[in-house]
Amino acid sequence: MSTASSSVTVSDQFPAGLRVLVVDDDPTCLRILEKMLGTCLYEVTKCNRAEIALDMLRTNKNGYDIVISDVHMPDMDGFKLLEQVGLEMDLPVIMMSADDSKQVVMKGVTHGACDYLIKPVRIEALKNIWQHVVRKRKNEWKDLEQSGSVEEGDRQPKPSEEADYSSSANEGNWRTSKRRKDEEEEIEERDDTSTLKKPRVVWSVELHQQFVSAVNQLGIDKAVPKKILELMNVPGLTRENVASHLQKYRLYLRRLSGVSPHQGNSFISSHSQEPPYGSLSSLSGLDFQTLAATGQIPAQSLATLQAAGLARSAAKPGLPMPLVDQRNIFSFDNQKLRFGEGQPQHMSSGKQMNLLHGIPTTMDSKQLVNLHHSAQSLGSLNMQASAHGNPSGQSSPLLMQMAQPQSRGQILTETSGGQVPRLPTSVGHPILSNGAAGAMLAINGIGENSRGTGYNSVSQTSSVLNFPLNHSAELPGNSFPLGSTPGISAGMSTLTTKGGFQEEINSDIKGSGGFMPSYDIFNDLQQHKPHNWELQNVGFAFDASQHSNSLQASVDVTPSVLVNQGYSSSQRNVQNSNVSAMGKPIFSVGEGSEHGIALNVGQHLNSLLVDNSTRVKSERVTDTSCQPTLLPQHFGQEDLMSAILKQQDGLGPAENDFEFDGYSLDNIPV
Amino acid sequence: MENNPLHQQIATMRQSFLDEEILNDQFIQLESMATEDDPAFAEDTVSLYFQETTKIIATLEEEFVKDPIDYNALEKCLHDFKGLCVSIGASKVLIEVNKARACCDNGNIEGGKAALEKVKVEQETLKAKLDSYFQLVKQS
Repeated sequence: MSTASSSVTVSDQFPAGLRVLVVDDDPTCLRILEKMLGTCLYEVTKCNRAEIALDMLRTNKNGYDIVISDVHMPDMDGFKLLEQVGLEMDLPVIMMSADDSKQVVMKGVTHGACDYLIKPVRIEALKNIWQHVVRKRKNEWKDLEQSGSVEEGDRQPKPSEEADYSSSANEGNWRTSKRRKDEEEEIEERDDTSTLKKPRVVWSVELHQQFVSAVNQLGIDKAVPKKILELMNVPGLTRENVASHLQKYRLYLRRLSGVSPHQGNSFISSHSQEPPYGSLSSLSGLDFQTLAATGQIPAQSLATLQAAGLARSAAKPGLPMPLVDQRNIFSFDNQKLRFGEGQPQHMSSGKQMNLLHGIPTTMDSKQLVNLHHSAQSLGSLNMQASAHGNPSGQSSPLLMQMAQPQSRGQILTETSGGQVPRLPTSVGHPILSNGAAGAMLAINGIGENSRGTGYNSVSQTSSVLNFPLNHSAELPGNSFPLGSTPGISAGMSTLTTKGGFQEEINSDIKGSGGFMPSYDIFNDLQQHKPHNWELQNVGFAFDASQHSNSLQASVDVTPSVLVNQGYSSSQRNVQNSNVSAMGKPIFSVGEGSEHGIALNVGQHLNSLLVDNSTRVKSERVTDTSCQPTLLPQHFGQEDLMSAILKQQDGLGPAENDFEFDGYSLDNIPV
Repeated sequence: MENNPLHQQIATMRQSFLDEEILNDQFIQLESMATEDDPAFAEDTVSLYFQETTKIIATLEEEFVKDPIDYNALEKCLHDFKGLCVSIGASKVLIEVNKARACCDNGNIEGGKAALEKVKVEQETLKAKLDSYFQLVKQS
């Protein structure tokens, strides 16, 4: 029909004469479709075998304009046919099936189907299939013309152009078709890389801040992705990226406002719950929100988590800490994580990892400073963290995370030394240093995991937490008892409750030098025994698992998120040997834990990690497997951080749009 | 030939199918797709349906007595059956088919077999009714 030239021109009769190839092993369906398409004045060819259809397409290369195929066929899977057609002939393919389950439909989308019809197919659905042909041609034309970054450039304008189209399946719902188109575009774009992976957008601190300011400018109610995108004016950023980021951010805000004082950890409740996450939200907010939303992680926890996350990233000197830092930056900049006034102190020492156990809700700068100090003692990690993040005290960025004082060592200390800096405010607990590191790790992990969903998070965090990974040895005993559950939360809770742990932990941390597994913090809290949190396990410091019980209540998801991550790994192998494991565990909190805190952490971490993002993906982490080398047994915080960050790097692009790999808190059982 | 009473009868029958939910709107759609050169489109499609479903039922009966049970094969058959039901709007049959699927999903073979028996019953009922229906239609 029309040839793609400067504009997609179609013949006057279009769409009449559109050449459709229908493939289905069900003869009744074939017959019906043939009839319906004929009614639409299309030229129909029927085929009941996928292989035959492919032959027909190959022999008659330009003989068809569009293909409609069933999903379940005896000789070949419909999706396979879809892929083949896309690769060889690049024709639009519509999938159809009596199966309307979301997974299958999603599969169609991810495999590049331009539409998905549920049987029985109505004639109305078929009337508009010509739009897919036109669209494809237009895209192709643009590709030819611009031969290059057409997609990027097209992205923006395309949606608006496509807005008028209504997908056949959505009779008139342009948005859906547009979305689908965007998805398709993305699919096309990333097709060359690993299976349909969207390029991740790393929501750096700056980017996030730009986002936040755009949102604030528009007003949260009026902030729509398109406008935000325009305001941000970042080349290469897509509306979709913004949309998903916005979603997370919204969740985060909701979480902040909806945080009940009693949520999750005791420590959190103990602290004033101001929505510290002003700044955090920007970053981790999203993640945490998810976390928070899922769990009941108090906002503060989120902050902590964020901080932790940030800290973590910071911790890793070698790794793209800067990224992390950035992330941290924004999470912490505005908000003050207040870590529970209470306990935090304990955490700081040694157990860097504490990871936000306490999920300090908000840390005053003073607290941060404290943390900072404590962090310092811990190691350079803290310092660095502070360096990046808030002057206020990011001190142990890791520490900060440690949310409430209780958080033992909240991650802030994360060893990374400070890179994590941002643990701003919330760090309150000095403990963080140890815990912080851990927490950071944990948080990061969580954050990453949560990407997007926020809840599952924790598992994802693994990447973040890598710390513990290396640390296998370090994590003494606890190996994150938190394990699946709210280990983190547990840890957190323990942290918080115990309060005292921090101190102990801190001391430990000092000694250990490595990253303190955050897990330990938890344990410590409970037991007051300085685990080895040593920074090594920073991430996993959520030994909390042990404490998890206690914490669980309070923490809710996030901690668990974190914890899980760490814990799971820890459990498995907390001890360094399995770095990868570690990474994961930290955030696996989500899985078990359902602890809100974990989520928060994760989210924060995510946000923090965002930069690392991609890395954070917990999955990745494991993949990259925290090589044991990453976290030498006694890594200093920095080492841990680096290791973790490195791992994260290894992870690769996170799946989520935001690159918040960290927080795929899917598992967070909120 | 008196069309009115016949048409009336046909209309009544059709309505009863809908009322009893033996058939749904998809069937009406099929009928509306009849064209001058293909006036019996609905009937032909329904014949195809029975042809295919008979084969599937036979396959299912074989599969249900196999040892060990091939769940994938069962699932595939039942899925295809579902697709056919949906194509012509055989709602009651579909309900029973879905029950059979649920049983198989849960590993409940006995339940699946019992459901299959019900499917067969509904099929028979549907066939009988449509046969007389289309006879009337042919006469009109």
